[in-house]
Amino acid sequence: MTKHFGEASVKFSNPPSIISAAAIVGPKEGEGPLAAHFDKISDDILFGKDTWEQAESELMRQTIEACVAKSGVQMKDINYIFAGDLLNQNSGSIYGARSFERPFYGLFGACSAMGMAMQLGTMLIDGGFADYTIANASSHFCGAEKTFRFPLELGTQRTPTASWTVTGDGAVLLSSVGEGPYITAATTGAIIDLGQKDVNNMGAAMVPAAADVIVKHFRDLQLAPDHYDIIATGDLGIYGKDLLIQLLQKENLNISDRLTDCGIEIYDAEKQDVHAGGSGCGCSAVVFASYFLKKIKKGEINKMLFVPTGALHSVVTFQQGESIPGIAHAVAIERSI
Amino acid sequence: MNVEQKQYDEMVKQVSPKSAVFMNSIKAFFVGGIICAIGQVLYNFFEARGFSQENTGILVASVLITVAILLTALGLYERIGKFAGAGSVVPITGFANAIAAPAIEHKKEGLVLGVGAKMFVIAGPVIVYGTVTSVIVGIIYYFVR
Repeated sequence: MTKHFGEASVKFSNPPSIISAAAIVGPKEGEGPLAAHFDKISDDILFGKDTWEQAESELMRQTIEACVAKSGVQMKDINYIFAGDLLNQNSGSIYGARSFERPFYGLFGACSAMGMAMQLGTMLIDGGFADYTIANASSHFCGAEKTFRFPLELGTQRTPTASWTVTGDGAVLLSSVGEGPYITAATTGAIIDLGQKDVNNMGAAMVPAAADVIVKHFRDLQLAPDHYDIIATGDLGIYGKDLLIQLLQKENLNISDRLTDCGIEIYDAEKQDVHAGGSGCGCSAVVFASYFLKKIKKGEINKMLFVPTGALHSVVTFQQGESIPGIAHAVAIERSI
Repeated sequence: MNVEQKQYDEMVKQVSPKSAVFMNSIKAFFVGGIICAIGQVLYNFFEARGFSQENTGILVASVLITVAILLTALGLYERIGKFAGAGSVVPITGFANAIAAPAIEHKKEGLVLGVGAKMFVIAGPVIVYGTVTSVIVGIIYYFVR
């Protein structure tokens, strides 16, 4: 395996380019600090549909369509679509991609979906199996609340460590030819479970997986701690980020000066009352596909490690007293090679 | 990972802020008290109009439930609940909210499998264990009376 390095990493011999990206969000995200970077902000949380589930699929359909339209590539030329979401049986992605009639892989990695999708899309291209792949992840606040928590109108209080599911979809179009930004390497996360059981503190459940994959990435590829300009985790939130810094210090990896979290970036935690920050598959996907990608293209970031994080529990496993397994996937993006 | 589960639990405990139990209790006390006071005003109102004690109780409950469901439908009860916590959960209005909220949420899955089946998903356990407890208490009362 000439492209496989160390325990869980790969380096691409012909790094695919991100030739196009799109991010569409809901009203709350549109009031946040990244508003100017999104392709579209919908005032309508239902996206013109009747149900939360249809709304998420419509959001996904619009985002992929926008991503493809910006690229100049035709939809019929897309070899594979990889997409993940939080609804049961991946229905957000499935109904969203239904009208495209393109080869489709539905992914479940909870909020790490964008990392999975980008890794797989890149591997297929570098392996010579595709010229164009789309990596996509979506989430919808109302659909996620309905699936995982309580009905929206129920009068309850959220705990301080709870996060707010992002209504948004981020898509990137990867190509075998292009002028960057390039996806140069990836480390695939293992399922890590340190026995956390609080579903209102998912950051804490995902941190060990994030720490594990980041440490493996640096070790497998023998990188210096200052190799990346920025390292952005998916949705660990304010408290999760603190925990991650502590865990990485125990592993003698100090990257705290370049570490951020998409869940922290997407909202103004104080003004928008989101407690620990944003979460959901769409969180890391929209922040990467808009804010970070623009910064890379402008040259403000040259090398970035993008690490979407997921909490892999289900409502049933939680009710049965199981702990929350975490996962995280690391994707390296470089402006030039 | 260079960390044991116990050690990690301790780290999580240290960084994670706790709910503001004291302030929440005060808010709950006042909002819960206000809801009960409104109930008392309604009680006096109906009683003064010559309703029997039993009917007055039923009327008060009906009005509170109707108002709570209306507030739920308008999306206002969740705001009260966010502020008051247990203060708006414990009174009868909280029970009405717990039934109305899932009924609204699952309307799209149809009247039978959606509204009908999911309506009691939160309040159901309260009804089940409330009934079971009352039966047990009734039996004990029968023997020790």
